Amino acid sequence: MNGNIRFGILSLIVAAATFAVALLIGNAYVFFAGYVVLQYIVLATAWNILGGFTGYVNFGTAAFFALGAYSTVLLHKTVPMLPLPVMMAVGGLISGLVGLGMGYLTLRLKGTFFSIATLAMAVVAQTLITNWNFVGGSRGAYIIRPSVSPIFTGDYIQYLFVVMLLLSVISVLIARSIQHSKLGYGFAAIRDDEVAAEATGVPTLKLKLIATALSGALMGMAGAPLPYYVTYLDPASGFSLSYAVNTIAMPLIGGTATWLGPVIGAVLLATLQQVATVTISSALSLLLVGVLLVVFVIAAPKGIVGWFSPRIQPNRPSPAE
Amino acid sequence: MYISFDLLSNALVSGLLLGGFYAAVTIGISISFGMLDIVNIAHPAFIILGSYTAYIANSVFGFDPILSSIVLMPAFYLLGVAIYYIYDISFERRGDTSIRGLAFFFGLLFITEVTLVLVFGVDYRLVDAPYIGPSIHLGVVDLPLRLLIPFMVSMALVGGLQLYISRTFIGRAIQAVAQDPSALRLMAADPSRIKQIAFGLSIATASVAGAILIIIQPVEPSIARDYIGRIFAICVMGGLGSFGGTVLAAIILGIMESLTSTFYGPSWSPAVAFGFLLLTLAVRPAGLFGRR
Repeated sequence: MNGNIRFGILSLIVAAATFAVALLIGNAYVFFAGYVVLQYIVLATAWNILGGFTGYVNFGTAAFFALGAYSTVLLHKTVPMLPLPVMMAVGGLISGLVGLGMGYLTLRLKGTFFSIATLAMAVVAQTLITNWNFVGGSRGAYIIRPSVSPIFTGDYIQYLFVVMLLLSVISVLIARSIQHSKLGYGFAAIRDDEVAAEATGVPTLKLKLIATALSGALMGMAGAPLPYYVTYLDPASGFSLSYAVNTIAMPLIGGTATWLGPVIGAVLLATLQQVATVTISSALSLLLVGVLLVVFVIAAPKGIVGWFSPRIQPNRPSPAE
Repeated sequence: MYISFDLLSNALVSGLLLGGFYAAVTIGISISFGMLDIVNIAHPAFIILGSYTAYIANSVFGFDPILSSIVLMPAFYLLGVAIYYIYDISFERRGDTSIRGLAFFFGLLFITEVTLVLVFGVDYRLVDAPYIGPSIHLGVVDLPLRLLIPFMVSMALVGGLQLYISRTFIGRAIQAVAQDPSALRLMAADPSRIKQIAFGLSIATASVAGAILIIIQPVEPSIARDYIGRIFAICVMGGLGSFGGTVLAAIILGIMESLTSTFYGPSWSPAVAFGFLLLTLAVRPAGLFGRR
């Protein structure tokens, strides 16, 4: 526990330094671009809690993310006075519950069925939102971004940046403390051999449900500030497949076994994309992500983190023997 | 609610025809996912690729889209063989098909889609053929040829594959590899070579499926995604790898979608397939017609 507290203080210092550097540069664009990078740190870390730790691939990131965003749209239309952190808590709760429900329906099946079901869920959720006129339907919803930060003096985008910075610190802390806990060892047992884990008394379904709910909740919280960031949200952009691709690519490129991999992957890939979008084109920057994803899963199965860790090969049974 | 008989019978017939077309789109997945256990979620992207090759053959050279897609099947077969080769050495031999194998195909899906966007843009493309437009009228029921011809092509494709799988030596070996790869090895046949052929076949069907897709509706790169859930829903409902089950499940889904879009509006129809898939997975994961 002591180590976690020390790590928490350390990451808060890093976060404060990041904000200070961004303030020193003094350009609003830094906050706009930095917000996206931070958002992907949260998404990649959240995906990795389920995908990296337990081995269940979630293709439905966009759905959890967009549900968080649309819960903010709904709250903005009904109780606009709520502070943003409360809206994020609500968005996280909704996405977490959806994750729990979906996990309950499909997690007793083989892993691939869960993955296909998450894809299916994303389309069902998108269809529901598209047909729900109160939150804008297919036309989309406009949200007016307040001009100044409610807490400190500065632009609202700086406030969004700080909120996302804190959320990314929280999610990294969660991921790291899970990794070194009983829960984390249970997750790893599921990933390595679910049948053996079940046989030795690991409550696999319960652990998988915890992972799905937690991962979904963090994705929902990451999506909740989105309407204030983009100021116009329509289903096609909220549910965009690029969220799912990025969120899978980042942990796999960084390395899925530890909390550090998704953070490295998110920082590298999101920064690269921000640069490529500005300098080349957004379609090419997406192509780059796809190509990097395929190259890394083929050539570097342990990701960037794997390059620096000692080469100990676990005993894997050779296939088809 | 008053339902007119004409409307209902037309919705049923076009659902049946649509379902037949879905069978052609799904048959490749029934081979790769149902029989070989390869979760090729990039399959719809290859179907869209097939639509675009048919589009080029039609708009640039003036060929019939369906005939040209049949001629192009060997090229798609080779593409499938190449993809399986990479998949085999990178994932299957390392015994690591779960996360990375899935991510590999997800990456392929995305690369294919973005490349098509970069080359052709996001405009909708269509083809031109004499059977697009006219309809046959049987009493109150309309049979549009642009649905009827794809239905017949699709049935011919599925029937041909069924014959191939059940009558030829390689076809029986594919069935054997689906049941027990190590037993196949004992019979002195190489499972990964058989799987390579089968996967090549599954991608070859994407050429024809793509051509009939672009006859039925205008195509742009991102519509691949609408088909991911649909084809997996059909494949799972059909009992994974059973061709007869695939056709039946495809027709059921086609009719359900057609009824939904006739009576509730087309914006709801995507949710039908996915809702049905979620329900199938939750209640009866072996599929409606599955034996397992």
